[in-house]
Amino acid sequence: MNFFKRTIPLTIAFIMGVIMTFQYYVPHEASQSLLKVVTRWGITIAGFAVFIGVYSLFHLHWNKIKRKVPGWGYSTFVFFGAGITIIFGLYNGGEFFLNDKQEGTMFDWMYFNVQIPAGATMFSILAFFMASAAYRTFRARTSEATILLVAAVIVMLGRVPVGALIWEYLPPLADWIMSVPNMAAKRGILIGVSIGAIATSLRIIFGIERAYLGGGD
Amino acid sequence: MERLLRIDRRIIFIFVAIAVTLPLLIRFNLPVTATKDVKSIYNKINSLPEGSHVLISFDYDPASKEELQPMAVALLHHCFKNNIKVIGMTLNPGGSGLADSAITEAGKEYSRKYKEDYVFLGYKTGTELVMINMGENIFSAFPKDFYGNATVDLPVLKGVQSLQDMDYVIDLASGSSIEAWIAFGKEKYNFDFGGGCTAVIGPDMYPFLQSKQLTGLMSGLKGAAEYEILINRKSTAVAGMSPQSVVHVLVALFVIFGNVLYFMTGRKK
Repeated sequence: MNFFKRTIPLTIAFIMGVIMTFQYYVPHEASQSLLKVVTRWGITIAGFAVFIGVYSLFHLHWNKIKRKVPGWGYSTFVFFGAGITIIFGLYNGGEFFLNDKQEGTMFDWMYFNVQIPAGATMFSILAFFMASAAYRTFRARTSEATILLVAAVIVMLGRVPVGALIWEYLPPLADWIMSVPNMAAKRGILIGVSIGAIATSLRIIFGIERAYLGGGD
Repeated sequence: MERLLRIDRRIIFIFVAIAVTLPLLIRFNLPVTATKDVKSIYNKINSLPEGSHVLISFDYDPASKEELQPMAVALLHHCFKNNIKVIGMTLNPGGSGLADSAITEAGKEYSRKYKEDYVFLGYKTGTELVMINMGENIFSAFPKDFYGNATVDLPVLKGVQSLQDMDYVIDLASGSSIEAWIAFGKEKYNFDFGGGCTAVIGPDMYPFLQSKQLTGLMSGLKGAAEYEILINRKSTAVAGMSPQSVVHVLVALFVIFGNVLYFMTGRKK
Protein backbone atom coordinates (compact mmCIF):
# COMPACT_ATOMS: atom_id res chain seq x y z
CA MET A 1 0.00 0.00 0.00
CA ASN A 2 2.93 2.28 0.68
CA PHE A 3 3.74 2.03 -3.02
CA PHE A 4 0.32 3.43 -4.02
CA LYS A 5 0.04 5.95 -1.17
CA ARG A 6 3.58 7.30 -1.23
CA THR A 7 5.82 6.18 -4.09
CA ILE A 8 3.44 6.78 -7.00
CA PRO A 9 2.24 10.27 -5.84
CA LEU A 10 5.82 11.34 -5.08
CA THR A 11 7.01 10.10 -8.49
CA ILE A 12 4.17 11.91 -10.29
CA ALA A 13 4.91 15.13 -8.36
CA PHE A 14 8.63 14.89 -9.21
CA ILE A 15 8.17 14.11 -12.92
CA MET A 16 5.45 16.72 -13.49
CA GLY A 17 7.25 19.33 -11.39
CA VAL A 18 10.48 18.96 -13.37
CA ILE A 19 8.71 18.83 -16.76
CA MET A 20 6.56 21.91 -16.06
CA THR A 21 9.54 23.88 -14.70
CA PHE A 22 11.44 23.31 -17.95
CA GLN A 23 8.30 23.82 -20.02
CA TYR A 24 8.13 27.44 -18.81
CA TYR A 25 11.44 28.22 -20.53
CA VAL A 26 10.79 26.37 -23.79
CA PRO A 27 8.74 28.43 -26.27
CA HIS A 28 8.36 25.50 -28.72
CA GLU A 29 4.96 24.55 -30.15
CA ALA A 30 5.09 21.11 -28.52
CA SER A 31 5.84 22.71 -25.18
CA GLN A 32 2.83 25.05 -25.54
CA SER A 33 0.59 22.11 -26.50
CA LEU A 34 1.76 20.22 -23.42
CA LEU A 35 0.91 23.23 -21.22
CA LYS A 36 -2.57 23.40 -22.76
CA VAL A 37 -3.21 19.70 -22.14
CA VAL A 38 -1.81 19.73 -18.60
CA THR A 39 -3.83 22.80 -17.55
CA ARG A 40 -7.01 21.24 -18.99
CA TRP A 41 -6.28 18.13 -16.95
CA GLY A 42 -5.71 20.34 -13.93
CA ILE A 43 -9.05 22.11 -14.42
CA THR A 44 -10.82 18.74 -14.68
CA ILE A 45 -9.15 17.40 -11.53
CA ALA A 46 -9.91 20.65 -9.65
CA GLY A 47 -13.61 20.06 -10.42
CA PHE A 48 -13.52 16.95 -8.27
CA ALA A 49 -12.48 19.07 -5.27
CA VAL A 50 -16.14 20.15 -5.12
CA PHE A 51 -17.17 16.60 -4.20
CA ILE A 52 -14.49 16.41 -1.50
CA GLY A 53 -15.64 19.81 -0.16
CA VAL A 54 -19.29 18.76 -0.06
CA TYR A 55 -18.41 15.43 1.59
CA SER A 56 -16.23 17.18 4.20
CA LEU A 57 -18.94 19.76 4.99
CA PHE A 58 -21.70 17.15 5.32
CA HIS A 59 -19.47 14.85 7.38
CA LEU A 60 -18.59 17.66 9.82
CA HIS A 61 -22.17 18.79 10.34
CA TRP A 62 -23.57 15.27 10.46
CA ASN A 63 -21.20 14.49 13.35
CA LYS A 64 -22.30 17.67 15.13
CA ILE A 65 -25.94 16.60 14.86
CA LYS A 66 -25.16 13.01 15.90
CA ARG A 67 -23.21 14.12 18.98
CA LYS A 68 -25.71 16.89 19.81
CA VAL A 69 -22.88 19.39 20.33
CA PRO A 70 -23.97 22.91 21.43
CA GLY A 71 -25.56 24.70 18.46
CA TRP A 72 -26.19 21.42 16.56
CA GLY A 73 -29.55 22.80 15.42
CA TYR A 74 -27.75 25.21 13.07
CA SER A 75 -26.12 22.23 11.37
CA THR A 76 -29.53 20.98 10.25
CA PHE A 77 -29.82 24.16 8.17
CA VAL A 78 -26.69 23.13 6.25
CA PHE A 79 -28.50 20.01 5.02
CA PHE A 80 -31.76 21.90 4.55
CA GLY A 81 -30.15 24.72 2.53
CA ALA A 82 -27.81 22.49 0.53
CA GLY A 83 -30.60 19.97 -0.14
CA ILE A 84 -33.03 22.55 -1.52
CA THR A 85 -30.32 24.27 -3.60
CA ILE A 86 -29.08 20.98 -5.07
CA ILE A 87 -32.63 19.84 -5.90
CA PHE A 88 -33.55 23.10 -7.67
CA GLY A 89 -30.14 23.23 -9.36
CA LEU A 90 -30.61 19.74 -10.79
CA TYR A 91 -34.26 20.40 -11.64
CA ASN A 92 -33.10 23.40 -13.76
CA GLY A 93 -36.60 24.87 -14.27
CA GLY A 94 -37.99 21.52 -15.50
CA GLU A 95 -35.24 20.98 -18.09
CA PHE A 96 -33.06 18.98 -15.68
CA PHE A 97 -29.32 19.15 -15.28
CA LEU A 98 -28.31 17.50 -18.56
CA ASN A 99 -29.63 20.52 -20.48
CA ASP A 100 -28.14 24.02 -20.55
CA LYS A 101 -28.88 26.40 -17.71
CA GLN A 102 -32.37 27.89 -17.85
CA GLU A 103 -33.22 31.48 -16.93
CA GLY A 104 -35.61 32.55 -14.15
CA THR A 105 -35.57 29.23 -12.31
CA MET A 106 -36.24 28.65 -8.61
CA PHE A 107 -32.45 28.25 -8.23
CA ASP A 108 -31.98 31.82 -9.50
CA TRP A 109 -34.73 33.05 -7.20
CA MET A 110 -32.97 31.53 -4.19
CA TYR A 111 -29.63 33.00 -5.28
CA PHE A 112 -30.99 36.54 -5.61
CA ASN A 113 -33.43 36.47 -2.68
CA VAL A 114 -31.64 34.32 -0.13
CA GLN A 115 -27.90 34.02 -0.82
CA ILE A 116 -27.25 37.64 -1.85
CA PRO A 117 -29.12 39.30 1.08
CA ALA A 118 -27.67 36.75 3.54
CA GLY A 119 -24.13 37.35 2.25
CA ALA A 120 -24.53 41.13 2.40
CA THR A 121 -25.91 40.90 5.94
CA MET A 122 -22.95 38.81 7.14
CA PHE A 123 -20.52 41.30 5.60
CA SER A 124 -22.30 44.34 7.05
CA ILE A 125 -22.11 42.92 10.58
CA LEU A 126 -18.34 43.56 10.36
CA ALA A 127 -18.92 47.33 10.68
CA PHE A 128 -20.53 46.84 14.10
CA PHE A 129 -17.79 44.58 15.43
CA MET A 130 -15.03 46.82 14.04
CA ALA A 131 -16.51 49.89 15.74
CA SER A 132 -16.80 48.01 19.02
CA ALA A 133 -13.24 46.64 18.76
CA ALA A 134 -11.86 50.10 17.85
CA TYR A 135 -13.37 51.62 21.00
CA ARG A 136 -12.50 48.84 23.42
CA THR A 137 -9.11 47.52 22.32
CA PHE A 138 -7.28 50.04 20.10
CA ARG A 139 -5.03 51.68 22.71
CA ALA A 140 -1.85 53.77 22.44
CA ARG A 141 0.01 51.55 24.92
CA THR A 142 3.43 51.76 23.22
CA SER A 143 5.07 54.12 20.72
CA GLU A 144 4.56 51.54 17.93
CA ALA A 145 0.88 51.22 18.81
CA THR A 146 0.58 55.03 18.81
CA ILE A 147 2.08 55.28 15.30
CA LEU A 148 -0.31 52.58 14.11
CA LEU A 149 -3.26 54.33 15.76
CA VAL A 150 -2.46 57.75 14.28
CA ALA A 151 -1.90 56.22 10.80
CA ALA A 152 -5.19 54.31 11.08
CA VAL A 153 -7.18 57.43 11.97
CA ILE A 154 -5.58 59.42 9.11
CA VAL A 155 -6.25 56.65 6.57
CA MET A 156 -9.76 56.04 7.87
CA LEU A 157 -10.70 59.70 7.46
CA GLY A 158 -8.53 60.47 4.44
CA ARG A 159 -10.01 57.66 2.33
CA VAL A 160 -13.60 58.91 2.51
CA PRO A 161 -14.98 62.13 0.97
CA VAL A 162 -15.56 63.74 4.36
CA GLY A 163 -11.78 63.70 4.99
CA ALA A 164 -11.14 66.65 2.66
CA LEU A 165 -13.85 68.65 4.45
CA ILE A 166 -12.24 68.02 7.85
CA TRP A 167 -8.74 69.01 6.69
CA GLU A 168 -7.69 69.46 3.06
CA TYR A 169 -4.35 67.68 3.65
CA LEU A 170 -5.94 64.51 5.04
CA PRO A 171 -6.50 62.74 1.66
CA PRO A 172 -2.94 63.40 0.36
CA LEU A 173 -1.52 62.35 3.74
CA ALA A 174 -3.57 59.13 3.63
CA ASP A 175 -2.38 58.51 0.05
CA TRP A 176 1.24 59.01 1.14
CA ILE A 177 0.84 56.49 3.99
CA MET A 178 -0.64 53.99 1.55
CA SER A 179 1.85 54.46 -1.27
CA VAL A 180 5.08 54.79 0.75
CA PRO A 181 5.23 53.05 4.17
CA ASN A 182 2.37 50.66 3.42
CA MET A 183 3.72 49.81 -0.02
CA ALA A 184 7.24 49.19 1.30
CA ALA A 185 5.96 46.88 4.04
CA LYS A 186 3.66 45.01 1.67
CA ARG A 187 6.45 44.56 -0.87
CA GLY A 188 8.72 43.13 1.82
CA ILE A 189 6.03 40.67 2.88
CA LEU A 190 5.33 39.78 -0.75
CA ILE A 191 9.00 39.03 -1.49
CA GLY A 192 9.25 36.91 1.67
CA VAL A 193 6.07 34.97 0.83
CA SER A 194 7.22 34.43 -2.78
CA ILE A 195 10.62 33.08 -1.72
CA GLY A 196 8.80 30.82 0.76
CA ALA A 197 6.49 29.58 -2.01
CA ILE A 198 9.45 28.78 -4.28
CA ALA A 199 11.19 26.90 -1.44
CA THR A 200 8.00 24.93 -0.64
CA SER A 201 7.52 24.09 -4.33
CA LEU A 202 11.06 22.73 -4.57
CA ARG A 203 10.53 20.71 -1.37
CA ILE A 204 7.34 19.20 -2.86
CA ILE A 205 8.99 18.42 -6.22
CA PHE A 206 11.92 16.66 -4.52
CA GLY A 207 9.68 14.80 -2.08
CA ILE A 208 10.98 16.52 1.08
CA GLU A 209 7.63 18.16 1.87
CA ARG A 210 5.01 15.39 2.09
CA ALA A 211 2.24 16.98 4.15
CA TYR A 212 0.04 17.23 1.04
CA LEU A 213 -0.12 13.44 0.91
CA GLY A 214 -1.97 13.43 4.25
CA GLY A 215 -1.66 10.94 7.09
CA GLY A 216 1.11 12.79 8.98
CA ASP A 217 4.84 12.17 8.38
CA MET B 1 -14.92 56.76 33.55
CA GLU B 2 -14.23 53.10 34.27
CA ARG B 3 -17.84 52.42 33.38
CA LEU B 4 -17.48 54.33 30.13
CA LEU B 5 -14.45 52.21 29.21
CA ARG B 6 -16.44 49.03 29.86
CA ILE B 7 -19.52 50.26 28.02
CA ASP B 8 -21.89 47.57 26.73
CA ARG B 9 -21.03 46.92 23.10
CA ARG B 10 -24.71 46.99 22.18
CA ILE B 11 -24.65 50.75 22.86
CA ILE B 12 -21.80 51.07 20.33
CA PHE B 13 -23.87 49.00 17.89
CA ILE B 14 -26.76 51.48 18.29
CA PHE B 15 -24.42 54.38 17.46
CA VAL B 16 -23.22 52.56 14.32
CA ALA B 17 -26.80 51.77 13.27
CA ILE B 18 -27.75 55.44 13.63
CA ALA B 19 -24.60 56.53 11.75
CA VAL B 20 -25.55 54.25 8.84
CA THR B 21 -29.28 54.93 8.66
CA LEU B 22 -29.37 58.67 9.31
CA PRO B 23 -27.39 59.68 6.17
CA LEU B 24 -29.66 57.41 4.14
CA LEU B 25 -32.75 59.19 5.47
CA ILE B 26 -31.36 62.72 5.43
CA ARG B 27 -29.65 62.85 2.05
CA PHE B 28 -26.57 65.02 1.69
CA ASN B 29 -23.89 65.02 -0.98
CA LEU B 30 -20.19 64.85 -0.33
CA PRO B 31 -17.58 65.81 -2.95
CA VAL B 32 -16.07 62.67 -4.50
CA THR B 33 -12.81 63.30 -6.34
CA ALA B 34 -11.35 60.63 -8.61
CA THR B 35 -7.84 59.47 -7.65
CA LYS B 36 -5.14 58.83 -10.28
CA ASP B 37 -5.40 55.03 -9.91
CA VAL B 38 -9.11 55.06 -10.76
CA LYS B 39 -8.57 57.63 -13.51
CA SER B 40 -5.98 55.30 -15.09
CA ILE B 41 -8.63 52.62 -15.67
CA TYR B 42 -11.09 55.20 -16.99
CA ASN B 43 -8.48 56.68 -19.35
CA LYS B 44 -7.41 53.24 -20.55
CA ILE B 45 -10.99 52.29 -21.50
CA ASN B 46 -11.50 55.70 -23.10
CA SER B 47 -8.37 55.19 -25.20
CA LEU B 48 -9.65 51.91 -26.68
CA PRO B 49 -11.14 52.14 -30.18
CA GLU B 50 -14.70 50.91 -30.83
CA GLY B 51 -14.94 47.14 -31.13
CA SER B 52 -12.00 46.49 -28.78
CA HIS B 53 -12.22 43.48 -26.46
CA VAL B 54 -12.28 43.96 -22.69
CA LEU B 55 -12.26 40.91 -20.43
CA ILE B 56 -13.85 41.42 -17.00
CA SER B 57 -13.36 38.68 -14.43
CA PHE B 58 -16.04 38.93 -11.74
CA ASP B 59 -14.15 37.12 -8.97
CA TYR B 60 -16.43 37.85 -6.05
CA ASP B 61 -19.51 36.42 -4.39
CA PRO B 62 -22.61 37.92 -2.71
CA ALA B 63 -20.68 38.68 0.51
CA SER B 64 -18.67 41.37 -1.36
CA LYS B 65 -21.48 42.47 -3.63
CA GLU B 66 -22.00 45.86 -1.97
CA GLU B 67 -18.46 46.96 -2.78
CA LEU B 68 -17.75 45.24 -6.08
CA GLN B 69 -21.06 45.12 -7.92
CA PRO B 70 -21.24 48.96 -8.24
CA MET B 71 -17.71 48.83 -9.70
CA ALA B 72 -18.76 46.16 -12.19
CA VAL B 73 -21.87 48.07 -13.21
CA ALA B 74 -19.95 51.35 -13.68
CA LEU B 75 -17.28 49.60 -15.77
CA LEU B 76 -19.88 47.86 -17.93
CA HIS B 77 -21.72 51.13 -18.57
CA HIS B 78 -18.46 52.76 -19.64
CA CYS B 79 -17.57 49.87 -21.97
CA PHE B 80 -21.02 49.62 -23.57
CA LYS B 81 -21.25 53.40 -23.96
CA ASN B 82 -17.92 53.35 -25.83
CA ASN B 83 -19.08 50.43 -28.00
CA ILE B 84 -16.48 48.07 -26.58
CA LYS B 85 -17.03 44.31 -26.69
CA VAL B 86 -17.26 42.84 -23.19
CA ILE B 87 -16.23 39.30 -22.30
CA GLY B 88 -17.29 38.34 -18.79
CA MET B 89 -16.19 35.38 -16.71
CA THR B 90 -15.84 34.38 -13.07
CA LEU B 91 -13.46 32.26 -11.05
CA ASN B 92 -15.73 32.38 -8.01
CA PRO B 93 -18.59 29.84 -7.93
CA GLY B 94 -20.84 32.36 -6.16
CA GLY B 95 -20.19 35.10 -8.68
CA SER B 96 -21.93 33.83 -11.80
CA GLY B 97 -25.42 35.13 -10.92
CA LEU B 98 -24.14 38.60 -10.01
CA ALA B 99 -21.95 38.84 -13.10
CA ASP B 100 -24.68 37.64 -15.43
CA SER B 101 -27.27 40.09 -14.07
CA ALA B 102 -24.81 43.03 -14.19
CA ILE B 103 -23.80 42.34 -17.81
CA THR B 104 -27.33 41.65 -19.00
CA GLU B 105 -28.86 44.75 -17.36
CA ALA B 106 -26.12 47.12 -18.52
CA GLY B 107 -26.20 45.59 -22.03
CA LYS B 108 -29.96 46.11 -22.28
CA GLU B 109 -29.65 49.79 -21.36
CA TYR B 110 -27.42 50.39 -24.40
CA SER B 111 -29.32 47.93 -26.65
CA ARG B 112 -26.26 45.70 -26.93
CA LYS B 113 -26.79 42.17 -28.22
CA TYR B 114 -25.66 39.02 -26.46
CA LYS B 115 -23.16 36.97 -28.52
CA GLU B 116 -22.46 39.98 -30.76
CA ASP B 117 -21.53 42.75 -28.33
CA TYR B 118 -21.00 40.85 -25.12
CA VAL B 119 -20.77 37.35 -23.70
CA PHE B 120 -20.66 35.77 -20.27
CA LEU B 121 -18.42 32.70 -20.22
CA GLY B 122 -19.53 31.60 -16.74
CA TYR B 123 -17.59 29.96 -13.93
CA LYS B 124 -14.64 27.65 -14.28
CA THR B 125 -12.82 25.97 -11.43
CA GLY B 126 -9.03 25.89 -11.15
CA THR B 127 -8.15 29.65 -10.88
CA GLU B 128 -4.48 29.76 -12.00
CA LEU B 129 -4.95 26.80 -14.35
CA VAL B 130 -7.85 28.57 -16.05
CA MET B 131 -5.72 31.70 -16.53
CA ILE B 132 -2.87 29.73 -18.11
CA ASN B 133 -5.29 27.75 -20.26
CA MET B 134 -6.94 30.98 -21.42
CA GLY B 135 -3.48 32.33 -22.17
CA GLU B 136 -2.90 29.40 -24.52
CA ASN B 137 -6.39 29.23 -26.00
CA ILE B 138 -9.56 30.83 -24.71
CA PHE B 139 -11.78 28.26 -26.45
CA SER B 140 -9.95 25.45 -24.69
CA ALA B 141 -10.66 26.97 -21.27
CA PHE B 142 -14.27 27.88 -22.13
CA PRO B 143 -15.62 25.64 -24.91
CA LYS B 144 -19.14 26.85 -24.01
CA ASP B 145 -20.51 30.05 -22.51
CA PHE B 146 -22.79 30.37 -19.47
CA TYR B 147 -25.85 29.47 -21.57
CA GLY B 148 -24.28 26.52 -23.36
CA ASN B 149 -23.45 28.23 -26.68
CA ALA B 150 -20.27 27.04 -28.38
CA THR B 151 -17.80 29.89 -27.86
CA VAL B 152 -15.96 29.22 -31.10
CA ASP B 153 -19.09 30.32 -33.02
CA LEU B 154 -19.65 33.57 -31.12
CA PRO B 155 -19.20 36.76 -33.22
CA VAL B 156 -18.14 38.70 -30.10
CA LEU B 157 -15.03 36.51 -29.83
CA LYS B 158 -14.01 37.02 -33.46
CA GLY B 159 -10.35 37.98 -33.52
CA VAL B 160 -9.73 36.61 -30.05
CA GLN B 161 -7.71 33.44 -29.58
CA SER B 162 -6.06 33.92 -26.20
CA LEU B 163 -5.49 36.44 -23.41
CA GLN B 164 -2.88 38.16 -25.58
CA ASP B 165 -5.65 39.29 -27.92
CA MET B 166 -7.52 41.12 -25.17
CA ASP B 167 -7.17 44.90 -25.32
CA TYR B 168 -7.67 45.20 -21.59
CA VAL B 169 -8.26 42.75 -18.74
CA ILE B 170 -9.87 43.81 -15.46
CA ASP B 171 -10.23 41.64 -12.39
CA LEU B 172 -12.82 42.52 -9.75
CA ALA B 173 -11.65 40.58 -6.73
CA SER B 174 -12.78 39.78 -3.23
CA GLY B 175 -9.84 37.41 -2.72
CA SER B 176 -6.31 36.90 -3.98
CA SER B 177 -7.20 36.58 -7.66
CA ILE B 178 -5.51 39.87 -8.69
CA GLU B 179 -2.10 38.47 -7.62
CA ALA B 180 -2.89 35.27 -9.52
CA TRP B 181 -3.89 37.21 -12.65
CA ILE B 182 -0.59 39.12 -12.46
CA ALA B 183 1.62 36.07 -11.86
CA PHE B 184 -0.05 33.59 -14.21
CA GLY B 185 -1.75 35.90 -16.72
CA LYS B 186 -0.25 39.33 -17.20
CA GLU B 187 3.41 38.40 -16.68
CA LYS B 188 3.22 35.30 -18.87
CA TYR B 189 0.96 36.56 -21.66
CA ASN B 190 1.68 40.28 -21.52
CA PHE B 191 -1.59 42.23 -21.62
CA ASP B 192 -2.74 45.47 -19.99
CA PHE B 193 -4.28 44.71 -16.65
CA GLY B 194 -6.36 46.73 -14.19
CA GLY B 195 -8.01 45.74 -10.94
CA GLY B 196 -10.88 46.42 -8.62
CA CYS B 197 -11.02 45.03 -5.09
CA THR B 198 -12.59 45.35 -1.68
CA ALA B 199 -11.18 48.10 0.56
CA VAL B 200 -9.57 45.45 2.79
CA ILE B 201 -7.47 44.11 -0.10
CA GLY B 202 -6.60 47.57 -1.46
CA PRO B 203 -3.39 48.13 0.57
CA ASP B 204 -1.95 44.81 -0.70
CA MET B 205 -2.14 46.07 -4.29
CA TYR B 206 0.17 49.08 -3.96
CA PRO B 207 3.40 47.21 -4.85
CA PHE B 208 1.76 46.14 -8.13
CA LEU B 209 0.63 49.70 -8.88
CA GLN B 210 4.13 51.07 -8.39
CA SER B 211 5.68 48.33 -10.54
CA LYS B 212 3.06 49.12 -13.26
CA GLN B 213 1.87 45.51 -13.21
CA LEU B 214 -1.51 47.05 -12.46
CA THR B 215 -2.40 49.96 -14.73
CA GLY B 216 -5.06 51.15 -12.30
CA LEU B 217 -6.99 50.18 -9.20
CA MET B 218 -10.45 50.74 -7.79
CA SER B 219 -10.47 50.06 -4.09
CA GLY B 220 -13.67 49.54 -2.13
CA LEU B 221 -16.92 51.45 -2.46
CA LYS B 222 -14.93 54.70 -2.71
CA GLY B 223 -13.22 53.41 -5.86
CA ALA B 224 -16.60 52.53 -7.35
CA ALA B 225 -17.95 55.98 -6.43
CA GLU B 226 -14.98 57.65 -8.13
CA TYR B 227 -15.66 55.65 -11.30
CA GLU B 228 -19.34 56.60 -11.19
CA ILE B 229 -18.31 60.27 -10.99
CA LEU B 230 -15.92 59.84 -13.94
CA ILE B 231 -18.57 58.28 -16.19
CA ASN B 232 -21.09 60.86 -14.94
CA ARG B 233 -23.56 58.26 -13.73
CA LYS B 234 -24.07 58.59 -9.99
CA SER B 235 -25.56 55.44 -8.52
CA THR B 236 -25.34 53.22 -5.43
CA ALA B 237 -21.62 53.79 -4.79
CA VAL B 238 -21.91 57.59 -4.67
CA ALA B 239 -25.05 57.23 -2.51
CA GLY B 240 -23.07 54.98 -0.18
CA MET B 241 -20.38 57.58 0.42
CA SER B 242 -22.44 59.54 2.97
CA PRO B 243 -23.12 56.67 5.41
CA GLN B 244 -19.57 55.36 4.91
CA SER B 245 -18.10 58.79 5.73
CA VAL B 246 -20.23 59.17 8.85
CA VAL B 247 -19.31 55.67 10.09
CA HIS B 248 -15.60 56.32 9.46
CA VAL B 249 -15.81 59.54 11.49
CA LEU B 250 -17.69 57.70 14.23
CA VAL B 251 -15.06 54.93 14.42
CA ALA B 252 -12.27 57.55 14.51
CA LEU B 253 -14.08 59.35 17.33
CA PHE B 254 -14.49 56.04 19.19
CA VAL B 255 -10.74 55.41 18.91
CA ILE B 256 -9.86 58.93 20.13
CA PHE B 257 -12.47 58.91 22.91
CA GLY B 258 -11.44 55.42 24.05
CA ASN B 259 -7.80 56.51 24.28
CA VAL B 260 -8.63 59.75 26.12
CA LEU B 261 -10.54 57.72 28.73
CA TYR B 262 -7.70 55.20 28.86
CA PHE B 263 -5.14 57.86 29.75
CA MET B 264 -7.48 59.76 32.08
CA THR B 265 -8.03 56.63 34.15
CA GLY B 266 -4.24 56.23 34.34
CA ARG B 267 -4.28 52.65 33.01
CA LYS B 268 -0.95 51.84 31.50
CA LYS B 269 -1.28 48.05 31.15
